[in-house]
Amino acid sequence: MGKLEDLDFKKNNLRKINNFLQNISYKNNRRNFIIKNPNGEHAVCAGLKEDISVNIKGHVGYYCGGMNQKANIIIDGNAGTGVGENMMSGSIHVKGNVSQSAGATAHGGTIIIDGNASSRCGISMKGVSIIVKGSVGHMSAFMAQSGTLLICGNAGDALGDSIYETVIFLAGKPKSLGVDCEEKKMTKKDLIKIEILLKEANIKKFKSYNFKKYGSARKLYNFKIDNLSEY
Amino acid sequence: MCGIVGLYLKNKKLHSKLGFFLSGMIDNMSSRGPDSAGFAIYNNLKSKNIYKYSLSFKNNASIKSFQKEATKNFKDLKFTNISDHTIVFSSLLPSKFIPYLRSNFKNISIVGYGKSIEIFKQVGNPKKVVKKFKLDKFYGSHGIGHTRMATESAITTEGSHPYSTGEDECLVHNGSLSNHNNLRRKLIKKGKIFNSLNDTEVAAGYISQKLSEKKSIKKSLTSCLNDLDGFYTFILGTNRGFAVLRDEIACKPAVIAENKDYVAVASEFQAMAHLPNVNKANIYEPEPGVIYKWGN
Repeated sequence: MGKLEDLDFKKNNLRKINNFLQNISYKNNRRNFIIKNPNGEHAVCAGLKEDISVNIKGHVGYYCGGMNQKANIIIDGNAGTGVGENMMSGSIHVKGNVSQSAGATAHGGTIIIDGNASSRCGISMKGVSIIVKGSVGHMSAFMAQSGTLLICGNAGDALGDSIYETVIFLAGKPKSLGVDCEEKKMTKKDLIKIEILLKEANIKKFKSYNFKKYGSARKLYNFKIDNLSEY
Repeated sequence: MCGIVGLYLKNKKLHSKLGFFLSGMIDNMSSRGPDSAGFAIYNNLKSKNIYKYSLSFKNNASIKSFQKEATKNFKDLKFTNISDHTIVFSSLLPSKFIPYLRSNFKNISIVGYGKSIEIFKQVGNPKKVVKKFKLDKFYGSHGIGHTRMATESAITTEGSHPYSTGEDECLVHNGSLSNHNNLRRKLIKKGKIFNSLNDTEVAAGYISQKLSEKKSIKKSLTSCLNDLDGFYTFILGTNRGFAVLRDEIACKPAVIAENKDYVAVASEFQAMAHLPNVNKANIYEPEPGVIYKWGN
């Protein structure tokens, strides 16, 4: 493999660039990288596992930063389906909009989206913090199990459908709430948590008291004999 | 999976590059649909009485025999041959010429007709298909393309998109419909003719039916939301421009890039990465169940 001084998709293919970033040793002194001309390529920066910073200059395709561990990824553009899917730790900051299923099944770390997220944002999320400065589409936080989804804009239809223990903080309005999702009482701890997230994403326009909290009504957790006819 | 692309050029100076841009878009979407590809180009002729008939042939020998036979019956015919397709230029009305073609030539499939549209489609890798038809040389105001990963019907030219079921209309589709058999039966009763067992052809026929009932594009597409069961992102082309619709579940992707020069629609951003100044364009995803329309 040639020198990868600048990680440019005009000069190298996806396999080479990802392979290089995935195999950076913890002993390596160089920790900051720039990716040029991603041109909507899929799976850019998937499977990174070291504490490095990668700045992607342009729009990316599907599953950018998927399975990420420790790495900090900044995308100067939009991201396609499933940005940060199954992420374990580290952070992803998207400066544009993202497509559907952002942060799907992600276990940890933080995903910050400056624009809007499309449908199913945070679907089945398992512990990640997702901060969306714009709005989210329908079925967001569907079956979301753990972690926090903070939305400064509005939410589409069926927000938090069949949600487990993920907490949703929403400044705007949901078009509708999904099955078993309800508004919850905000606690002091919640307010502190929101302030921390707002600070992390450098959001100054909103304060913790602008948000409402949504979560599971926990009515789907147990089988009810009254619902037998539904099956 | 399937890939769909559409490009509407607002800036007339770019019209000469339509084919070049569109071929790049289809090329980039070949990963989504390696089975077959097709495209429709809209290019208005100077003479307003001339129709263009896009015909696809099973083999080259039948092109020659067709041209001999047809010129015997009609004097006003001009032909342009590209690969296994022929575009017939004629002032003959579709109501006269199409029944003649159907009853006399079994090897021909009429892929489209109109005063503006030209359609080409073929089985094979999209990269090769666009080369065979020399798409990069085409000129026009807007174009629509498709790369197919077959699910609902056989891999044949008849099974490829775009589907044209009305004058200057065409439809490309990413997704699958589940009530197309019932709908096809209903439309056949109303007099529509279908050439394949494909679901998209039914959707195209359905929309043509609505448009022929003098319903607007917006109303015709809105009724799709009620009457079509399944997944879809559609691009509907007409001689004036094109429209985009995603079903309300919206699992089938689409991204739009718009600037002062053009509007591009594609399944993935990759498809439009080569367009001029696309990184600075307004890029967004069409919302589910909302109709987006461009044109003059």
